[in-house]
Amino acid sequence: MAIKVEHLNYIYGQGTAFEQHALKDINLEIKDGEFIGLIGHTGSGKSTLIQHLNGLIKATDGAIYYNGKNIYDADFKMRSLRNQVGLVFQYPEHQLFEIDVFTDVCFGPKNQGLSKEEIEARAKEALTMVGLDESFYKQSPFELSGGQKRRVAIAGVLAMEPEVLILDEPTAGLDPKGRDEILDQIERLHNEKKMTIILVSHSMEDIARYVDRILVMNHGEKVYDDVPKEVFKHYKKLEAIGLAAPQITYVVHTLRDHGVPINDEITTVEEARDEILRLLKK
Amino acid sequence: MLRDITLGQYYPVDSVLHRLDPRTKLFGTMVFIISLFVANNIWAYLVATVFLAAAIRFSHVPFRFMIRGLKAIVFLLLISVSFNLFLTQGEVIFKLGFLKITKEGIRVAGFMGIRLMYLVIGSSIMTLTTTPNSLTDGLEKSLGFLNKIRVPVHEISMMMSIALRFIPILVEETDKIMKAQMARGADFETGNLIQRAKNMIPLLVPLFISAFRRATDLAMAMEARCYRGGEGRTKMKPLHYGKRDYLTYFIYVLYMAVIIVLRF
Repeated sequence: MAIKVEHLNYIYGQGTAFEQHALKDINLEIKDGEFIGLIGHTGSGKSTLIQHLNGLIKATDGAIYYNGKNIYDADFKMRSLRNQVGLVFQYPEHQLFEIDVFTDVCFGPKNQGLSKEEIEARAKEALTMVGLDESFYKQSPFELSGGQKRRVAIAGVLAMEPEVLILDEPTAGLDPKGRDEILDQIERLHNEKKMTIILVSHSMEDIARYVDRILVMNHGEKVYDDVPKEVFKHYKKLEAIGLAAPQITYVVHTLRDHGVPINDEITTVEEARDEILRLLKK
Repeated sequence: MLRDITLGQYYPVDSVLHRLDPRTKLFGTMVFIISLFVANNIWAYLVATVFLAAAIRFSHVPFRFMIRGLKAIVFLLLISVSFNLFLTQGEVIFKLGFLKITKEGIRVAGFMGIRLMYLVIGSSIMTLTTTPNSLTDGLEKSLGFLNKIRVPVHEISMMMSIALRFIPILVEETDKIMKAQMARGADFETGNLIQRAKNMIPLLVPLFISAFRRATDLAMAMEARCYRGGEGRTKMKPLHYGKRDYLTYFIYVLYMAVIIVLRF
């Protein structure tokens, strides 16, 4: 049990005309080593929720436990929480500021108070993980392409070696190739480093291929919390809240409506291909 | 914490004040500011207080929202009040070393404090009840006569509205970058002055870059829509005075007359 959220409520601008109930009674549990997709329409509260998980926003009401300890206890060290729960913001390249890529990645570990050797070792490892080699180290982060900048920014958080990594729309604004590269690298982190990962997105397509479990948010409430195939069964309701199941779900359901006995628990194109081939061979 | 900046922040409710023509509100703010400097006795300030209280009441904006603007000038207020308090010559009523408080000092300092606070609250009422866009529209129209002496009124008001428009965006951006750097272990709250200034670098560099990026993007978007400046440009919502505006002007005249009468 890594993270447990109990009856979490958050209200923006309480008592003003801007008041907004951003999170309503959220309960959830995230186990070690899980790969979770957090999905919701713009303004559904997903970004607000993840900022609670590393203590950047304090809940109006409710509790969050990290490894059994309440993070709102007076003696809880928020700094150590931020070291263990890494958060990559939306458009993380906007936070780059150092003169070169390597120094920028060193910023996080340096703030953790590590030795110089340790800092550099971690920065190197993090940059390797995101697929940037030594030729990038001395370049200015502002001269890189969008996708490269983003990888530098992700490396900046990875270098802190968090146990849980939360990424807020890591693929927003990237081309399909850049998107796949980033997502593949995140999957590798999960498989090789056994990192707990929470991937925030509004694209089911992205999420379906990678995650073990999907959380769907709508208007500040948790609507679904299940394995992808179960969540996609509600594809009509998902549409109603401005989301969509992966395209392949529609293909499968249309086929079933036309009397093809295809398994409706399919979530990826590869599974659908195998299933259709199996049916054709019959 | 950054959300506390109210200057240039519109408060979206519906009220009589919100519906007034921006020119009326601009003029009213000016009248109010002048009246504060014309007023020289307690009775005049009492009238000004009533005027301000009525404006606050009619604006439907919560009072504590207006007070927030005062936080920004606390320092200025302290300095000017204490300077006036200790450095005004006159009848000494209290003395401690080289510091002395005089009767006249208390009077001047008191009026100075009230003046400054009312100034800020008065102009806050205007910005809280007027969207930045209609505010600059009002300014442009009111200062239109300056066009005759080749002052680029439209361009200036366009710059102003863009600047105002960007305040909340940049505040939000600052908040976001701050959080992102805090997630990377940055510390903006502890350390001595030099340390703190140094800690601001991770915040300021991205903020400047993003401000420039936004500026070029906006310029490009405006040019793409054939923006060429004010000449021959028409308004989507032309300003015109209504009955309530004339009534408000009448109140201004009355108010100013009372203040001037009370001076003598």
